[in-house]
Amino acid sequence: MSETRENLRALTFTQAVNEALRQEMERDGTVFIMGEDVAGGAGRADFEDAWGGPFRLTKGLIGEFGPDRVRDTPISEAGFIGAGVGAAATGMRPIVDLMFVGFFGVCGDQIMNNAAKMHYMFGGKVGVPLTIMTSIGAGTNSAAQHSETLYSIFAHFPGLKCVCPSGPYSAKGLHIAAIRDDDPVIVFNHALLMGRRGANVERDDVYGLHVPEDPYVLPIGKSLVAREGADVTLIGTGYTTLVCCEAAAQLAEQGYSAEVVDLLSISPLDEETILESVMKTRKVVIVDEDYPRCSVASDLSALVAEEAFDYLDAPPKRVTAPHTPVPYSQPLEALYLPNRERVVSAALSVLA
Amino acid sequence: MAKGIGIDRRTLLWMYETMVTIRRFEEQCKREADAGKLSGMHSSVGQEAVPTGICAHLRTDDYVLGNHRSHHHCIAKGVDINEMMAELLGKVTGTNRGKGGTMHIADIGKGMLGANGVVGSNIPVTTGAALSAKLKGEDTVSVVFFGDGASGQGALHESMNLAGIWKLGVIFVCENNRYAEATPFEYSVAGGSIAARAAGYGFPGVRADGQDVLEMYEVAGEAVRRARAGEGPTLIEAQTYRYLGHFGADNPLLYRSEEEEARYRAKDCIAGLSAHILEEGVAGEAELSAIDERALAAVTAASRFADESAFPEDRELFADVYNDYASGRFTRHAESGA
Repeated sequence: MSETRENLRALTFTQAVNEALRQEMERDGTVFIMGEDVAGGAGRADFEDAWGGPFRLTKGLIGEFGPDRVRDTPISEAGFIGAGVGAAATGMRPIVDLMFVGFFGVCGDQIMNNAAKMHYMFGGKVGVPLTIMTSIGAGTNSAAQHSETLYSIFAHFPGLKCVCPSGPYSAKGLHIAAIRDDDPVIVFNHALLMGRRGANVERDDVYGLHVPEDPYVLPIGKSLVAREGADVTLIGTGYTTLVCCEAAAQLAEQGYSAEVVDLLSISPLDEETILESVMKTRKVVIVDEDYPRCSVASDLSALVAEEAFDYLDAPPKRVTAPHTPVPYSQPLEALYLPNRERVVSAALSVLA
Repeated sequence: MAKGIGIDRRTLLWMYETMVTIRRFEEQCKREADAGKLSGMHSSVGQEAVPTGICAHLRTDDYVLGNHRSHHHCIAKGVDINEMMAELLGKVTGTNRGKGGTMHIADIGKGMLGANGVVGSNIPVTTGAALSAKLKGEDTVSVVFFGDGASGQGALHESMNLAGIWKLGVIFVCENNRYAEATPFEYSVAGGSIAARAAGYGFPGVRADGQDVLEMYEVAGEAVRRARAGEGPTLIEAQTYRYLGHFGADNPLLYRSEEEEARYRAKDCIAGLSAHILEEGVAGEAELSAIDERALAAVTAASRFADESAFPEDRELFADVYNDYASGRFTRHAESGA
């Protein structure tokens, strides 16, 4: 349905996630949220909802659903993410908040050995409908342990689904999809996106400002074409989709028509949409903020090389972070992140 | 009141039959392993009384979670031994359709929420099962079995803290069999008591003789009552002993003495219960022999069932990775055999 500017409903990414969580909790009594300071001020009535989540994604929910379903935890990721696995295996649909993805180091066992494997290892007789929300991304001057992306680590594991919204519309649709999915899903929310609204005033779809109020699902395992083009394919994930769109705008000024594929789903991977675009444009630039070795970017590069080699006019090109931890100092961090200039330059090199 | 007095005849004979079945099952597993039909097996012989005394109090809808050494937990919780043996042999009729094997047996219909091969890993999951019960307003109990080796894992401490603050119906059962692989308890556990650690989390920690099923039954009764009543968790440290090595090929005499082994074998849990049953006149020799024969026959039948069952078909490789596994380039590789 086309929306007119009059009924345009612009939400920030954070508001869109908050709405998704609220609507799913209203719809399904087995959905509950657990994590560090998802309310804040636990047990003190006069300070209830002090935080509403470290990124305010859960603000206000405790007032509506109470402390049983909006459950503050101690700083104890192995404990409460493992508890999320157990609750999911016994009839609940928990959403657990892993404050920063880098903290997976203290609870990796629960995610990788239990959540990912129980369904398969137990012969399909136990399901784990668990949603893990986590924040990712550099650009916030937070140094090496609070700025990582790391989704490739989780995508490496069969049994986990990994999605990465690129704006408010996809954030709402992917969170709802994750909560309703019968498998464990990790939603990677980029820190630089969380305060933002949609990308484009003019559009009335996923890449516009409008976020429909009624609940909707973006299918997990599907990528979308954020911008159509004919000369080169730029593939982005989450925040780098915006970088790709900016690069595409600049390339247009130089007379090149770039198509932007927004990955959205890292695992499962929508090979069809990616290959269709690359076979059309015959050139691809893959833009990924994660460490470059053994990464989503290297996986996509392999996909294109293995499945579309005969269509390519140039080798697949990757624009990624360097193979270093994320630096603190702002000039170094700016150097670290993939940006529009690097994407444009990479695109021009394959267009040449 | 003397131990075991007041336990009804049916429960006593169930406990006897369960322990004998576990032992015959494990002995059969050793034969299967010697014949090269299964591998990676961790025998529970010697530790039968621990889950038996606890599961005697449990309902089918209560949850049990285990560790790498978990055949005895499964049998005590009522998992079908035909399906267990088939699982060990990797057959499609197994509890896990041949996808799990000895360290991962699960049967959620029986309340067996899975064994787990990573030491300490299942403890947080158990806390979650108990949280489920609390949120649903049910009085089910969730029991996790782990060894002295797991007592040093952070997962246990995090879970005891969560269960403590939320008053969850969890029973943490440490089977202290004196050795974490080849490392003695005295070396690896600071303070010398696992049970004592519960005090730090504000709930009872009890040390019990894990070779004495009557004592296990008694201690478990109070823990289960507390859990059902919403009074919170209990930690039970059961002092027990594995008669065999850590795993099939392990020679325990490389790290412990024959004298020590003999001392524990002299307190065998099956012999102990058998003596009690006879002394108290609960049943006679003939009745116990009949149970022995029935257990042996059941295990022999399980072995036959497993032998006669089929291995999973190739397509099972891709089944149950996800609930909706979309075919992609890596499944195509295998489908075409390339």
